[in-house]
Amino acid sequence: MPVMNIIEAINNALHIAFETDDRVITFGEDVGFFGGVFRATVGLQEKYGVERCFDTPISELGIMGFAMGCAQMGLKPIPEIQFADYIFPGYDQIVNEIAKGRYRTGNQWGNGMVIRTPYGGGIHGGHYHSQSIEAQFLHTPGIKVVVPSDPYEAKGLLLSCIRADDPILFMEPKRIYRASKAEVPLEDYMIPLGKAKVAKTGEHLTLIGYGAQHHQNMTAAAEAEKMGISVEVLDLRTLNPLDIETITASVKKTGRCVVAHEAPITGGFGGELTALIQQRCFLHLEAPINRCCGFDTPYSNAHEKRYLPDSPRVLMSILETMKY
Amino acid sequence: MKFETISYLDLEGNLPSGFKHDISDETLIRAYKIMQLTRRIDERMITLQRQGVVNFVIGSRGEEGCSVASAMALKPDDLLYFQYREQGAILWRGMTPEEYSHHMLLNEKDPSKGRQMSNHYGSKKHASMTVSSTLATQIPQAAGAAYAMKIQKKDMVSLCYFAEGAASEGDFHAGLNFAAVYKCPVIFFCRNNHYAISTPRKFQYAGDGIAPRGVAYGMQTFRVDGNDIFAVYDITKKAREICMKGEGPVLIEAMTYRVGPHSTADDPTRYRKDEEVCDWDPKCPVLRLKLHLIKKGLWNDEKDKAFKDAMHQEVEAGIEVARNTPKPSLETMFQDVYADMPWNLQEQYEFLQALEKEKN
Repeated sequence: MPVMNIIEAINNALHIAFETDDRVITFGEDVGFFGGVFRATVGLQEKYGVERCFDTPISELGIMGFAMGCAQMGLKPIPEIQFADYIFPGYDQIVNEIAKGRYRTGNQWGNGMVIRTPYGGGIHGGHYHSQSIEAQFLHTPGIKVVVPSDPYEAKGLLLSCIRADDPILFMEPKRIYRASKAEVPLEDYMIPLGKAKVAKTGEHLTLIGYGAQHHQNMTAAAEAEKMGISVEVLDLRTLNPLDIETITASVKKTGRCVVAHEAPITGGFGGELTALIQQRCFLHLEAPINRCCGFDTPYSNAHEKRYLPDSPRVLMSILETMKY
Repeated sequence: MKFETISYLDLEGNLPSGFKHDISDETLIRAYKIMQLTRRIDERMITLQRQGVVNFVIGSRGEEGCSVASAMALKPDDLLYFQYREQGAILWRGMTPEEYSHHMLLNEKDPSKGRQMSNHYGSKKHASMTVSSTLATQIPQAAGAAYAMKIQKKDMVSLCYFAEGAASEGDFHAGLNFAAVYKCPVIFFCRNNHYAISTPRKFQYAGDGIAPRGVAYGMQTFRVDGNDIFAVYDITKKAREICMKGEGPVLIEAMTYRVGPHSTADDPTRYRKDEEVCDWDPKCPVLRLKLHLIKKGLWNDEKDKAFKDAMHQEVEAGIEVARNTPKPSLETMFQDVYADMPWNLQEQYEFLQALEKEKN
């Protein structure tokens, strides 16, 4: 089985999607001839033609509106937003139009599409190449949010997203685009949406994360293990719809929980997770649910390392929760 | 640069000598009837809004020529993207007064299941995309739909309505630019009707209206008298031909006037004078077509009365049926958010059901 990084796995998934479904098209800034600034769409234009893989003018709202029209005519667009930080000119099209399309038309038209976008910090990108934008979209009924954490996950989840009927925001952890490597089958496979992965089983505490953060969580769990703390690590994969059953079962078993994400803590998805867990697992909890997240500041380039909830900080949260 | 306005029909209903068109007498009469139907439905809905039966109405008085004549020039499958003042087009395509009333009263037969304000019609059967309140968002969508038609090699165009106020939004610029870059078969149809709610045109743009922007984006552009159905029809038909030759998109700026208020939530007497509105009375698209039909011997007062009596009855009957049709079920509130209902919506639906049960 070949070893791939996340970019290669995404590229491989796109090639499979293009091969197996001629309704699939992709477009965005530098996506066509060049193959994307991160190289995710390499070879698609060459192999499947400029009609199915093409460059766009620099207008995220244009890309999003255009994608909606394509979807309404029965194509399966996979628009790329070059950096998640630049999605906001298209926010109205996504939130008011794409997410509401099926509902507003009374199910006469759907808007199945996958919006691919690299997100997150750790690349010295400053505020405008580092943000985690999931909360803005998790508060929007009608759009699903999926965040893969490694190459195997990225391929299987992306193929599931492309074959689903809903608009889906597919957030790619760009910090580990090339650093994360895994064996990835060349053949077509799908990982179901709405199913979290128990990446490591444990007894004393449940640690929840997604995307690039998941790797920090795994490192922190390994460190905790050395101290005799057995941590169960969940990789959520799909933030909406959320796999509440897996989360609930795990926290009921361990009685302690830490939620970690890069995005600012206030109003972040960690708050929602915390509320859901305390409501469903209250009598099983031995300690308050802890959040280990980004600070409520814009993303500081100079202090990037301190901003991110890296594995030492996650470990601190684990210890704090264990000591309670 | 100054765009000329193409106009054929004068205020007395005469066409220039030698002017040829391909509209049959039957079609001309139908155009007149649909324009009258549009006007009647608007009037009745506004009354019903005052009576508390309908919650919101956006009348199209004075602009029926734009919607009806443009739809007339297209094929029935060509996909329409509306702003919201184009009910004439969906009625031209055969939506009945009863179907229209089901939407306006937001009952269970509304294709949108009562989820939006009224006057946000849409019907796949009539190739008419459901209205959204957000202005200009439909413009890049129409471009994308047209792109799909092109690569699917369909004999189809999309036509996108908007007005001069919406053309100030970024979506307008992105939509026209994308369409021009990929040569999408889309007709952008701007109703320049002088007002965006209370804001007059001079606060929307300092240039010569909307038309020059089409040229700047690299597309063929026309300005027409929006109250002359012959000009609107002729140019829309030509625009469709341009699109089908692969030379699209096309921008049409139709010069017209919003005779009524913006909506039932608006009072135009606070920002414009009655005399200004009265100036447009003789330019009325319905009146001009009627004069033309009478001059051609196709219409007379007797026929007009008989038609209106029957049409009014049909409208009343449609409204009556809609009034007696139940509201959409509670479940429709939770359906169609996604293709399948996720657990959280299922839970919330069950919660609301229990609450309703308690109340009863």
